[in-house]
Amino acid sequence: MRTSPALRRLVPAIAIGALVLAACGSDDDASSSSDAPAGTDASGGTGAASGDGDCAATIDDGVLTIATGEPAFYPWVIDDAPESGEGYESAVAFAVAAEMGYDADSVVWVRTTFDEAIQPGAKNFDLNLQQYTITPERQENIDFSLPYYTSNQAIVGLEGSAAEGATTIADLKAVKFGAQAGTTSLAFITDVIQPDQEPFVYDDNVGAKAALDANQIDAAVFDVPTAVYVSEFEIEGSSVIGQFPADAGGTTDSFGIVLEKDSPLTGCVDAAITAITDNGDLDALASEWLSDYESLPVITVD
Amino acid sequence: MTEQHAGHQPTRREVYDRARRRRSITIATISTVVVIGALLVLIPLTPGWEKVQQAFFDGDVFVDTLPILVEAFWVDVKILVWSTPPILIVALLVALARNTRSPALFPLRAFAVVYTDVLRGIPVILLVYLIGFGVPALGLSRTWANPLIWGSVTLVLSYSAYVAEVIRAGIDSVHESQRAGARSLGMTNHQTMQTVILPQAFRRIVPPMMNSFVSLQKDVALVSLIGPVEILRQAGIEKAKYANFTPYVAASLIFLAMTIPCTRLADWALARQRAKTGATAIS
Amino acid sequence: MTADPKLSLRGIRKSFGDTTVLDGIDLDVAEGDVITLIGASGSGKSTLLRCINLLEPVAEGQVILDGVDIAEPGLDPDPIRRRIGMVFQSFNLFPHMSVIDNVAVGPHKVLGAPKSRARADGLAMLTRLGLADRADAYPDQLSGGQQQRVAIARSLAMNPEVMLLDEITSALDPELVGEVLDVVRGLKEDGMTMLFATHEMTFAREISDRVCFLHQGRILEEGPPAQIFESPNEPRTQAFLQRVIDAGRM
Repeated sequence: MRTSPALRRLVPAIAIGALVLAACGSDDDASSSSDAPAGTDASGGTGAASGDGDCAATIDDGVLTIATGEPAFYPWVIDDAPESGEGYESAVAFAVAAEMGYDADSVVWVRTTFDEAIQPGAKNFDLNLQQYTITPERQENIDFSLPYYTSNQAIVGLEGSAAEGATTIADLKAVKFGAQAGTTSLAFITDVIQPDQEPFVYDDNVGAKAALDANQIDAAVFDVPTAVYVSEFEIEGSSVIGQFPADAGGTTDSFGIVLEKDSPLTGCVDAAITAITDNGDLDALASEWLSDYESLPVITVD
Repeated sequence: MTEQHAGHQPTRREVYDRARRRRSITIATISTVVVIGALLVLIPLTPGWEKVQQAFFDGDVFVDTLPILVEAFWVDVKILVWSTPPILIVALLVALARNTRSPALFPLRAFAVVYTDVLRGIPVILLVYLIGFGVPALGLSRTWANPLIWGSVTLVLSYSAYVAEVIRAGIDSVHESQRAGARSLGMTNHQTMQTVILPQAFRRIVPPMMNSFVSLQKDVALVSLIGPVEILRQAGIEKAKYANFTPYVAASLIFLAMTIPCTRLADWALARQRAKTGATAIS
Repeated sequence: MTADPKLSLRGIRKSFGDTTVLDGIDLDVAEGDVITLIGASGSGKSTLLRCINLLEPVAEGQVILDGVDIAEPGLDPDPIRRRIGMVFQSFNLFPHMSVIDNVAVGPHKVLGAPKSRARADGLAMLTRLGLADRADAYPDQLSGGQQQRVAIARSLAMNPEVMLLDEITSALDPELVGEVLDVVRGLKEDGMTMLFATHEMTFAREISDRVCFLHQGRILEEGPPAQIFESPNEPRTQAFLQRVIDAGRM
């Protein structure tokens, strides 16, 4: 194609011009939604307990935006309807909100994937509850509240598979495992159990459960309440092979609420959790929504 | 065509062509240097560059994750290698079924139409879950339930539908007169297809086939949805571990290391073929 | 005619959609005859030839080869096509195969000859036609006249009993026509039975035993070349020949 030489010299000039404009245009930072500095009286929210944080520094004025998974699983949220307040995390969320000065009508629910909430960056929620285990790596990118639950890891295994009857970690070496990517459950398999076969990894627990149904894995690792629910109600022919409490060589996971890194709300949330722990509300919710897991078999290191 | 030998005086055509070529190359070089130079100079001056560089182009993370990514890549390569021949075979059968002219074979033709319509229409992700989890859940034994098997089956089903249409286009592009020539020699339908039509068809569809092949190389990663840890899943795991996207950049480079030589190989084979059988090109 | 004709056409009719292209053709061809078909474009010459070797299915009528009606529906056309050779206006050589492979593919794949013998015979055929030095070239590297001679060689390699030549010089430059017609002359001398659709009137006059003038799907006039070209009976034949003379082609 014959283009005139003049036109051809113009094209690189236009490209440079476009780049320069792009470079210059990105200086305005989006101003944060609330500019009340920490420690002053809250202007939104009624009679908020503040502690170190500012309970009014939410992304939407006067409203607390809480996130959970898409979908949210039993027994943490019942029927994938966190607005109902049914399910352990749903109930805890409303209890924490109330302590922070937000009644049920001032709570707005949104959904995020498990992964996106714990990546660095700005968030579209104030609080996120999805059974997030508190780990130092995650704390580099986001804030965690004080724990609202502690749980062991537990194995759900198929009856008649290599996992059945296992009582020690050594028994588990021959097991084909599956777990959700990016979870402490997967890390537990690869770092602690170290099975002979590489585990299968899924985007979410739905995949791990489907793999159990499809007889592609012997066992999956979940936190204890999820494991109990899955084996009792979801996967036929499965059972909880055992749990791994810390004193038997396993690890104990503490679940914390996720907030944006250096969020002004963190201190307020911590105060709320301390309050409902001290007055026994947290235990009451656990009794209401979760079972007693002491009786589950324990898997030991040797 | 002029011949060059010692003492040959350049024709005015050659002088003109030479000058024009020199000018084109100069302009192209200058503008390329300017644009790339501008990018290299201006991008690092942007305010967010350091953050972006750290999030996507972190040298330490790259070096740390590269070995495990290469190891995971072998899963992709294996799936690619054992899926490609079935894709070609099934696609060819479906294309031939679609092209049959005999009225007695109508059900076969109808099946081929439905096959291509349905399998091109359903998103591969759905097929992966449906076949990868669904079929084994019907009650297969552990060895037969392996997600590598059913993930590969899904890729074969999905891609053969696309490739069948490409092959069909190739077959249709061979002029009817070639069939006439072959049939007039007494060749059967089968011999005509095998000796005359298909060889010509395949030579014509190398670029779109290469397209499908490169696309397949990346879609192999979908098998990770049903469990096996291949390179993109591994990159995701590393991303979560380091809270950094550089593993994905590393994975992309590994992919390019495979796709670019493949396309160049195809181009070379095509060019060689053309040189062997063709007349001089028209400029 | 003492012996039965080699090839007989009886009442051939053929339509494409609403257009009737062949409207009742009757023709007898004895062994060794050279029959030329002349007529305007669209008069049905090509279609008739394609009906004889069953490239076009015959709607109505009979094509009788050695006493057997080969146009009968349900008959396998492949064995029949081996006995009838066809050369096309556009050569129809296989571009992805070398010249020698083009010639050898028929005997090898269809007649089952071993590849070496097919190639040897093919080379001999090409030598006869003056193309031995182009045996390893590819069709697109040859001139039109050379390609058509290869096409004839390819057809002859099958040892056909009848040859159908469909306007084989119409796509060639005038200076290349001669080399192809030389080959056809040679075929006649060898006694090949041929049906020849052409616009080359001078050549037709020289080589034919009979000339058929086709008009709107019927043989309007048939006779020895001297009669047709010098004193045609039908006014339409005269009009056609006049047009050809005016176009400088005779």
